[in-house]
Amino acid sequence: MKLTRDRVTAILMLLPTVVLLAIFVYGFIGRTFYVSLSNWGQDQTQALALHPKLKFVGFKNYSDLFTSFLETRFRQDLVNTFFFTVLFLAGCLGLGLGLAVLLDRNVKGEGLFRTIFLFPFALAFIVTGTIWRWMLQPQGGINILPTLIGLPRIRFGWLTSRVQVLRFDWNALPFALGLVIAIALALLAWRGYRRGRGLGPTLAAVGASLALLWTLTLGRTSHPLPYRELHGFNLAFIGIIIAAVWQMSGYTMALYLAGLRGIPEELREAARVDGASEWQLYRHVILPLLGPISLSAMIILGHISLKIFDLVFAMTGPDNAPTDVPALLMYLRSFRANQFAQGAAIAMVLLVMVAAVIVPYLYTSLRGEVRR
Amino acid sequence: MSAEALTRRPIRPHKRARFQWLTYLLLLLAAVFFLLPVYLVLVTSLKVPSEINLASTWQLPSHWNWGSYATAWQAFAPKLRNSLFLAVVATAASALMGSMNGYILSKWRFPGANIVFPLMLFGMFIPYQSILIPLFQFLRDIGLYGSLWGLILTHVVYGLPITTLIFRNFYAEIPDEMIEAARIDGAGFFGIYSRIVFPLSISGFVVVIIWQFTQIWNEFLFAVTLTRQSTQPITVALAQLAGGEAVNWNLPMAGAVLAALPTLIIYIVLGRYFIRGLLAGSVKG
Repeated sequence: MKLTRDRVTAILMLLPTVVLLAIFVYGFIGRTFYVSLSNWGQDQTQALALHPKLKFVGFKNYSDLFTSFLETRFRQDLVNTFFFTVLFLAGCLGLGLGLAVLLDRNVKGEGLFRTIFLFPFALAFIVTGTIWRWMLQPQGGINILPTLIGLPRIRFGWLTSRVQVLRFDWNALPFALGLVIAIALALLAWRGYRRGRGLGPTLAAVGASLALLWTLTLGRTSHPLPYRELHGFNLAFIGIIIAAVWQMSGYTMALYLAGLRGIPEELREAARVDGASEWQLYRHVILPLLGPISLSAMIILGHISLKIFDLVFAMTGPDNAPTDVPALLMYLRSFRANQFAQGAAIAMVLLVMVAAVIVPYLYTSLRGEVRR
Repeated sequence: MSAEALTRRPIRPHKRARFQWLTYLLLLLAAVFFLLPVYLVLVTSLKVPSEINLASTWQLPSHWNWGSYATAWQAFAPKLRNSLFLAVVATAASALMGSMNGYILSKWRFPGANIVFPLMLFGMFIPYQSILIPLFQFLRDIGLYGSLWGLILTHVVYGLPITTLIFRNFYAEIPDEMIEAARIDGAGFFGIYSRIVFPLSISGFVVVIIWQFTQIWNEFLFAVTLTRQSTQPITVALAQLAGGEAVNWNLPMAGAVLAALPTLIIYIVLGRYFIRGLLAGSVKG
């Protein structure tokens, strides 16, 4: 490739963006990491200083988050995020796929239905939250909707409930996580062997055995906390999940609909000629073809739900402990309590969770592009 | 994946009329689920405060009280102006820069682009909490903390990955032969951009502008941490109003309508481009 004048111009014109993103994304992440290793905020004389003197404390803020009895709230936040993500994904994918399949059945007024299902996506999470907060008032809204047709009213405290279900001991996590990792690796190895591909499956099998060994020996006795600490799914989240599904399932529908429209009619016809019922057609032909769309929808929605902040802020306010999430706790710690080091550590945990979802996605989708 | 793919109807030789009534029933039920909140918002916003009680939530107002909107407008007009200024300036800047970047990345491939581009893209997925503390310090150091310009700078920078991505994919459709021909005719880097690429970009700009405007108008985290009372965008003002305990619900509802209208109008009028943007914003290539 020759270095012409135009090519130099091109690189120079791209430079501002590259420099800006290098500083604002990577430089700032590095700085946040640095702050998370410091004591900024713990020393009250320095907390609000314009240029505070930071003392290096290593990974103390991180180990506190996972093992200190003061940080129960953060651990419950992680559990909240887990349940929120699982149910939010299930709701969006289920409803989105259902609506797309229905709309794909040659219905009249398809455009109108599509507009109705998708409009919440154009709203701010703050607007959605404000609206649904009113919908879910314990003495009104949804709860008295059944009385309009003569049924008894619902008596659920949507956003105020303090009930926790599916409780488990935080100390059981190392064992459970180890087991999950071992099983996942074993499945990976099994699939790899069936396809008979190179070194990968062997590595996965070795990994699975090591994980299993660790789980059954050290994992069983490794307790991050010296006492039992119960966490579970807070029912107060159900309302927030409904609002989130209301906002995002139309988007999922649009993704699926685009996918359904991309399946050639000949393929469906061929399956019908072979005697497939409508159910079999969907089960064995169409759903497998929509697999990649489900995966990218799960990644996009998943990373949104890990970062969820505005919706919770608008629906229950920032200070409602049962509906707290890490993104919110980071904001409160940093900008209300001036505990910047703790806030930074929470932010880094959040970043690692999102990166674990996004980096493989970017890697595979861009690698595919180059090959094409 | 394009919006046309979503709107085009496939030819169906076999119409399956069986269960078609069930299809419509389910679709109608879903439409009710999506529209119920809209009904409740409008009805509540049009009631006088004394008429709003939880038991009569679903009833129509006994008389239409447009005063809620006048009051909400009075309270929110400065915030709406902030949001509008912020969204227009930041959208324009990030769209123009994104167009230039997309042109470079699709037509002037250089070694290392395959590394630079994914690193740029990663910036649009990160939880902004992970850059918020240094950003806050940085804006304070350069004297932009609390001003709209600080927020504009923030939105331009973090908007660059998505605008670059959309334009890059958009320009990939322009045949390289056209660029080559212009170069043989003696056009340089800027000549090719201004005479060939830019004139072909109109619908690309529409998609990017809609996407960015909607995102920036709706954004909350930066807005709540980087502004002061006087520079608050509408989302922050609405969250504060609705978050207060002793509030008449007609006001937040009217405020929600005001905050939602600009992006809703864009969605309804330019829906085609909106969908194209949201598909481009999620699915690569």
